Amino acid sequence: MNGPHDLGGQHGLGPVEPEENEPIFHAEWERRIFALTLAMGARGEWNIDAARHARENRHPVDYLSSSYYEIWMKGLERLMAERGLVTPEEIEGALTGQRDAASVMGGAVPAERLRALIEAGDSARRPGGPAARFHPGERVRTRAMNPKGHTRLPRYARGRTGVVERHHGVFVFPDTHAHGQGEKPQHLYSVAFPAHELWGAEGGEGERVFIDIFEDYLLPIEETGS
Amino acid sequence: MGDEHHHDHGPSEIELRVKALESLLVEKGLVDPRALDLLIDTYETKVGPRNGARVVAKAWSDPEYLAWLRRDASAAIASLGITGRQGADIVALENDAQVHNMVVCTLCSCYPWPVLGLPPVWYKSAPYRARVVAEPRGVLEEFGVTLPAKTEIRVWDSTAEVRYLVIPRRPEGSEGLDEEALADLVTRDSMIGTGLALSPAAPERQT
Repeated sequence: MNGPHDLGGQHGLGPVEPEENEPIFHAEWERRIFALTLAMGARGEWNIDAARHARENRHPVDYLSSSYYEIWMKGLERLMAERGLVTPEEIEGALTGQRDAASVMGGAVPAERLRALIEAGDSARRPGGPAARFHPGERVRTRAMNPKGHTRLPRYARGRTGVVERHHGVFVFPDTHAHGQGEKPQHLYSVAFPAHELWGAEGGEGERVFIDIFEDYLLPIEETGS
Repeated sequence: MGDEHHHDHGPSEIELRVKALESLLVEKGLVDPRALDLLIDTYETKVGPRNGARVVAKAWSDPEYLAWLRRDASAAIASLGITGRQGADIVALENDAQVHNMVVCTLCSCYPWPVLGLPPVWYKSAPYRARVVAEPRGVLEEFGVTLPAKTEIRVWDSTAEVRYLVIPRRPEGSEGLDEEALADLVTRDSMIGTGLALSPAAPERQT
């Protein structure tokens, strides 16, 4: 989707403001929502692409005026509501203290299991698949596309010509995975774009942007008319 | 996207809301309360940029390790016992006199957790994500880094599940230092590409 999260190249957002000796979390509620989000995600009722989409698919004013972990909270609420795990009415009831005891649903991932899960990590790499269509050194063009669903091809890199820098292997395709339409594993490449190709005359000399791009987003250079 | 502090007015709306969520999720048996404490402790006290600094110091000291890092960074990093979420597939990017690499996630906040921990607020913020792909030299200057005009800048936008770790240039005057002393020169920002490694002559600790 052409959402508010797709920020590359936007103007007017002000300076970057690093904080000296920044703490990991800035408030106790940030700790709690971080942990709640990971603990709920570990249950496997949604995947990381669906979780990103739940955070990003919102009004630009809402997205840009919410802090990072506020967006996590809103995303978690949406994911749980969609699956009937926790409804907005239950949250309102808990806030006002006017609620009955909640019925136990269970299935919590125990701490020991969660420790093993986060230490092992979770690769989106998949074995096998058909031969790669593109190769390092080859010129390619990204598709002009504006899907309403989740995608990981940023707007600033659509319909642009670049050179395949590196072939990463076969990975889960977020555009389908986010919507329960399967993993559709496919080749992933790092594609290099000169700044002038992305930004025109404003692009800096001697600057390139390398973007990880799925095969479905790419066209060979001779097919650019299609 | 700042944080509000409510020293005088009791808990904020969001504090109350997150508390309500937690009590509901625990009561429904959807989360294990011990798991929450474990997650917070892991990412607040155990996983952080000291891990990445160990990788960089070893890469500076051991040519065979550097070669492994170039060939298969995920395996080379895992060999030091560094693994985990948001870091199953890592690529190392080497900075040198000709090339300076920087990392961003313009779409969200992708970051190599096992080697760097959780990202700082500025990395996740709209201004960094918007600007670093379009005006990397201007962003570098805001971090106090000015590179020669002939240095090529490469900005890596982490749009998929591959994570990037920058190996900063080894600073002059660091010859003869052991890996532990070298690791002290490796800042978090130098491994994102918005900073340089510290000079041993001026070893004031930075982020």
